Amino acid sequence: MALAYHLQIVNLLAALLLLISFAMLSQRRVVGLVTLFAWQGAALALSTAIVAWSTGQHHLYYSAAMTLGLKVIAMPWYFYRLVKKLDVNRVVEPMINIPTTMLIGIVLVIFSFNLALPISEMSGTVTRSTLGIAMAIVLLAFLMMITRTKAIPQVIGFLAMENGLFFAATSATYGMPLVVELGVALDVLVGVFVLGIFIFQIRETFDSLDLKHMEKLKEK
Amino acid sequence: MSTGILLQLAQTLLAILLAPLLMGWVNQCRAWLQGRSAPPITQPYRTLRKLFHKDAVIAHNASPLFRFAPYMIFACMALAAGIVPTLANDLPFSPAADVIALVGIFALARVFLALAAMDIGSSFGTLGARREMLVSFLAEPALLMVFFTASLISHSTELPIIVQTLAHREFAIYPSLAFAAVAFWMISVAENARIPVDNPTTHLELTMIHEAMILEYSARHLALIEWAVALKLFTYSALGIALFLPWGIAAQGDIAALPLALVAMVAKLAIGGAALSFLEAISAKVRLFRAPEFLGTAFLLAVLGMLIHFLLEV
Amino acid sequence: MMETLPLLPPDPVQWAWGVVLFWLALGFTALLLQGSPRLLSRLVFPLGALGALAIAGVGAAGLTLPISSIVLPIGLPDLPFHLRLDALSGFFMLLLGGAAFGITVYASGYFRSMAAGPLALLALWYHLFLAGMVMVLLADDAYAFMVAWEVMALSSYFLVTTDHKIPEIRSAGFLYLLIAHVGAVSLLLTFGVLQGGHGDYTFDTMRLAEMTPFWASVVYLLALFGFGAKAGLVPMHVWLPEAHPAAPSPVSALMSGVMLKTAIYGLLRVTFDLLNIQIGWWGTLALALGLITALYGVIFAAVQSDMKRLLAWSSIENIGVIIAAFGLTLIFYTDGKGALAALTLTALLYHALNHAFFKGLLFVGTGSVLHATGVRHMGHLGGLMRFMPWTAWLTLIGALAIAGLPPLNGFVSEWLLLQAFLLTPGLTQPYLNTVIPVAAATVALAAALAAYVMVKFFGVVFLGQPRDPALHEAHEAGWAERLGMLWLAAGCVLLGLFPAQVIDWLTPVVRLLVNQTLVNDGNWLMLAPVSAERASYAPLIFLVVVVGVLLLTFLWVRRVYHGRVRRSDPWDCGYPEQDARMQDSAEGFGQPIRQIFEVFMKVERETPDPFDRNPRYRGASLDKLWFILYEPIARVTDWLSQQAGRLQHGRIQWYLIYSFATLIFLLIFTTR
Repeated sequence: MALAYHLQIVNLLAALLLLISFAMLSQRRVVGLVTLFAWQGAALALSTAIVAWSTGQHHLYYSAAMTLGLKVIAMPWYFYRLVKKLDVNRVVEPMINIPTTMLIGIVLVIFSFNLALPISEMSGTVTRSTLGIAMAIVLLAFLMMITRTKAIPQVIGFLAMENGLFFAATSATYGMPLVVELGVALDVLVGVFVLGIFIFQIRETFDSLDLKHMEKLKEK
Repeated sequence: MSTGILLQLAQTLLAILLAPLLMGWVNQCRAWLQGRSAPPITQPYRTLRKLFHKDAVIAHNASPLFRFAPYMIFACMALAAGIVPTLANDLPFSPAADVIALVGIFALARVFLALAAMDIGSSFGTLGARREMLVSFLAEPALLMVFFTASLISHSTELPIIVQTLAHREFAIYPSLAFAAVAFWMISVAENARIPVDNPTTHLELTMIHEAMILEYSARHLALIEWAVALKLFTYSALGIALFLPWGIAAQGDIAALPLALVAMVAKLAIGGAALSFLEAISAKVRLFRAPEFLGTAFLLAVLGMLIHFLLEV
Repeated sequence: MMETLPLLPPDPVQWAWGVVLFWLALGFTALLLQGSPRLLSRLVFPLGALGALAIAGVGAAGLTLPISSIVLPIGLPDLPFHLRLDALSGFFMLLLGGAAFGITVYASGYFRSMAAGPLALLALWYHLFLAGMVMVLLADDAYAFMVAWEVMALSSYFLVTTDHKIPEIRSAGFLYLLIAHVGAVSLLLTFGVLQGGHGDYTFDTMRLAEMTPFWASVVYLLALFGFGAKAGLVPMHVWLPEAHPAAPSPVSALMSGVMLKTAIYGLLRVTFDLLNIQIGWWGTLALALGLITALYGVIFAAVQSDMKRLLAWSSIENIGVIIAAFGLTLIFYTDGKGALAALTLTALLYHALNHAFFKGLLFVGTGSVLHATGVRHMGHLGGLMRFMPWTAWLTLIGALAIAGLPPLNGFVSEWLLLQAFLLTPGLTQPYLNTVIPVAAATVALAAALAAYVMVKFFGVVFLGQPRDPALHEAHEAGWAERLGMLWLAAGCVLLGLFPAQVIDWLTPVVRLLVNQTLVNDGNWLMLAPVSAERASYAPLIFLVVVVGVLLLTFLWVRRVYHGRVRRSDPWDCGYPEQDARMQDSAEGFGQPIRQIFEVFMKVERETPDPFDRNPRYRGASLDKLWFILYEPIARVTDWLSQQAGRLQHGRIQWYLIYSFATLIFLLIFTTR
């Protein structure tokens, strides 16, 4: 019943990704969130590289390199600079308290696992059992976006969702065609830049990054 | 059978005798990391001897429960040390209690300590009892879940079978065990009153949990409780080793492997103690009402480990 | 099978009927003995206790002997009372007899100081209550069952309202009666559907009736609601924390320890015996409800300040665990895993038996405290171990047992249940495979919180310093009370040390319900439910080793060093003044739990402001379900009855018009 070692390592990395998603849910500090995001990117790059090595799909090597460059080096560096420039309040208070968030997180994990079981039967890859984890990562990142009230954690949640989708793609279908991946990566990069500008504007208008202030913009 | 009983007695006695040494080693490592010069590694033995010689000073309104509790706690820890395989596996006492009963033994000792703390009726005693029960109400289920993960993999709740399965299976990475290991570290930190949950050297009201409970004890009672605390740390370390690093423990009846097992045990405990003091040195103690969050995280990690087992390893 | 009663009836069911008659006679004799209170308390209750012992013996006989039944000459013309004693009834009678013996012996001492008139009435209702419960266990047709159920409810109502002059007790009794009758209506409907239109309400007919899955589910839901209301399942639990504390302590012990189990008996009887088919989702529903109840009960128990309310909420928690085990049994049974169903059912029955003993012991312990101090609120108690050592040590055994600590009995049933949870990975439904670990985590959480609750209960009441100077006058319980408590404590210890024997007793019941038995792969010393490699537990060895090490250490310390003791003031870090107000209050000890689980409670707090001359603190944590669910229902019912009241004008013309209209209506419809 023992899988080949590299597949066990992929499973371990999948579990690590899930752990990081949970850690992001419970992380209070913005800098810590960015660090966790960087680690998530690193684990993702490593697992993509291993899948590339074991199945011989060389385009996955490029995906892994792109992930490493963008999500482990470039974006975290950009975020660190942003946080320092904006002098953001270091601690993020979530909307609902952290134990409840974790409980909802567990429910989401159970839900994704059960959803993924019949689908992974249909897939033909060797890493199909990690599909459930990938879905769980997406849902947990979505939950993080919902329960945070400040802008930067929401952006990171959005990026973590994309991480989860990417992981789902590599585990279920050995990655998307390279063109699609490049397109997605470019979209994400541009999105992050636009969001950065947006954040500056919010800060200028309301003198705070709390998104509750955006409600003042609606017509009375 | 008789060799088994002799081995059982030897293992239990060895655990009881070595536990203060482990405590001394952890203190030494911590002192080195903090840049202080350390007391000798045999200091805990001297402390125990000093305490045993003293007269016991007991409050006027202490009940018989107060005097009975230290012996009870020590006996429970001795039984736990006898069950957890440190040197050899599958000893005669091990069918008497499986992992769930082991959690029960720890709970029994803890309840008696909390009751003894409430016995005098001082504010520190009740404060310590309340905080200890708060920490344990999350730590105990989390520990059970960690054991469940291990028992789901080895299809048994008997410690010897778990150790045997995990040690002799071909090497495989179990992500669920990885989660369980992190959760186990967090739980053992909480249960043994180490940083970041409790500071074993503090006497400030703001930060005491375990120390507050034993404030009224002196002389031989205090010695027995301190010994039991060291034994608990020893047992938890041995448990962690048995679950996550089981190689080296002698199989049942294998006398020839005992010297190697002894060396392996000493080496693993030394590394474990050093790692514990290193992790203590780099963490800060969490605020008391964040302790339930800390333990809740451990609990959720353990449950997550079980769920991952069902997804990835079945 | 009409049988007249010969001189020495051979059938156990006839013995049981004999004891029922004996109790009824005893109750009515008590009324006649109103003139001599000495005779009343020293004779009636001990005789009642002997009856309980006899019932326990009959129950044990019922476990081993074949099924016996009898038709009584009383009842309706075409539906006389059918009584039947099989293994399931026998087990619950053993439970009833064993717990009731200890409680009644205790009661014979407890009620000694009551006035003769109320005591005679109490004795009547008490024995009627016992008789009613036995009849519920013996009933073999719906009519006998409902009559016995009503007798049980009404007599316990009168017992709860013994001190009816106090308004809280009256309203508690009213709430109890109300919910008991709502449940009874549901049970009537259950039996109505079960008889399937044949018109014959005997259980034998119901056993043979074929039912569609839809109607079987209707029966199950009605039975779950009806029996759940009596057992205290969330959300029908609101009467329990009111009624159990309001009753006198031996009655609380009987209600918590025995009466709640009759509801479990009914649920088992309907689901496994009377219904022919069982469906999978029933088990999941029961499991979910049971887990919610267990957590809800223990959370509220942790924040109570009244010691009897704390124990009542703890009963709710234990009933939740039992219902969760029931759900798991159904899940295994409908999945075809008979051996696992047997394991879980054994855990369920064992826990029911354990609960009767340790909850009974705890309630009678609080009775002694109440008797000695007159106080139920834990904020006025403390340090009682010095003045009431027997009560304290025996109650400690009960507290350790309910916290699920080895080697006592609470641990064994919890251990069996957790083993059952661990064996679930073989289920065919994959989503259950992932839900079950979370369920196991919840059970473990409830058990850990139960330990918290018990440390609070025992520590605040018996340990520490007395919070009231009047407590120094507290007197120890009398010898009858001590005897009763000793019996119950011995039960806790023996049930914990010899689990293999108890499981042997349970085997006929398990075989009757799920057609499989739990095989003990160990011996009389060691319990190994599935196989010795899978799991094993030997409590006797456990106890011997702990006691051995304890004695060895004690002797070694004494020999090598010394045993000198000096008495002095408490150290407490050098603070000189330590009065009783500086230790934790009951609210204080429960504060962390209240803070974590505040979302389930409606917390009312009054804190003094800095300029108060007489600062007072008041804190209450109330059940939010009462405000969310029951108050709106009460308001709607009130409004509806007000609307209905509009029909009552008081004017005779309108009443005549009503009669006239009805007459016309009937004439039209009967002549069609």
